Amino acid sequence: MTTVLLNRRNLLAAGGSALATGILATGVSGLLPAARADGLAPTETMSGGANNYRKGAAIVERIGKGGFWMSGTVRRAGDGAPLASQRIQIWAHTTEGQEHEPQSHGATLTDKDGKFRLEMPQIIPIFGQPHGHLAYDSGEFKTVFLRPVMRSPKETSLEAHFVLQPA
Amino acid sequence: MKGWRSAPLIWVALALAIGVPIAAAATSEQLAWRGPLYILAGFAGIVALGLVLAQPLLIGGYLPGLSAYRGRRAHRWIGGALALAVVIHVAGLWITSPPDMIDALTYTSPTPFSPFGVTAMWAIFIVAVLAALRRRLGLRLRTWRIVHIPLAIVIVAGSVAHCLLIEGTMETISKAVLCVLILVATVKVMIDLQVWRKRRTLRGESVARQ
Repeated sequence: MTTVLLNRRNLLAAGGSALATGILATGVSGLLPAARADGLAPTETMSGGANNYRKGAAIVERIGKGGFWMSGTVRRAGDGAPLASQRIQIWAHTTEGQEHEPQSHGATLTDKDGKFRLEMPQIIPIFGQPHGHLAYDSGEFKTVFLRPVMRSPKETSLEAHFVLQPA
Repeated sequence: MKGWRSAPLIWVALALAIGVPIAAAATSEQLAWRGPLYILAGFAGIVALGLVLAQPLLIGGYLPGLSAYRGRRAHRWIGGALALAVVIHVAGLWITSPPDMIDALTYTSPTPFSPFGVTAMWAIFIVAVLAALRRRLGLRLRTWRIVHIPLAIVIVAGSVAHCLLIEGTMETISKAVLCVLILVATVKVMIDLQVWRKRRTLRGESVARQ
């Protein structure tokens, strides 16, 4: 029961942000409700999302010494079904390295509910904003790069949600 | 006499307005996580902001002890230093993270402060190049002012918006105070020199035109 509630909350949150993205990015298709009446729009790549990306970061238990949590969900566009075992790559400028450095990169897999969670070093502001980077770049679905921004550099967690469409 | 007595006070205020933000930034804990080039680039930006404050004060003749002629000369030199500081700022950030700098320069950056900074940068470069070539281009003082004053407004507004929106090494209050002083000095010089008037003999114009 708890799982169901959590799922619904996540679905609502992801749906809301995806809807906003959808309206902004695809104004025209947003006006065609019939095709997407109960459909979840795919997440668009954020500008600057792919900056300092290193393809093929290893799947790790934790990036560096940890202390900061990056989490989120991965679901399928349209029906919103959670996608299990999807590889999400994560990197950021942290207390243990700059964005482009290999030790700042790592990857994790989503669980059966499409959720992922990876511990990493504390993110600190770089280029004027405390932000992280996430990538889905495994081929089965269309590649998506996200660049979520923390409300404050003092926060110790950050979330990002993917809605993927077939490649 | 009055001018002489208040002289040190204004200079001290100017030194504090520029020096305190730099000193505060030097104590930022974020420096620990940055490389030397990134640190240099950041401080070049802070110094540039400080130089922006000096410019209206110099051209308005608000700094006692400086004649109008020397004030204008200093204004030109500091303008050159400002352009140089911006070059160091941009070059250092480019080397630190090329894709982020390219996004900024192409106005495709996700960070809201970038377009303000890049716009101010181009305005600074245009003013610097035109100032260097003013004689050669035969620009009359009136023409020069018509070009320079709007660009000066772009530089001030762009620089202030740029730095206020950044979460970086600068301490919030000293940064805000510096920005307010820049805006006040700029508005004051615009009013005092009545920049909106078309025909007016600028203080010491004959010297400037020779």
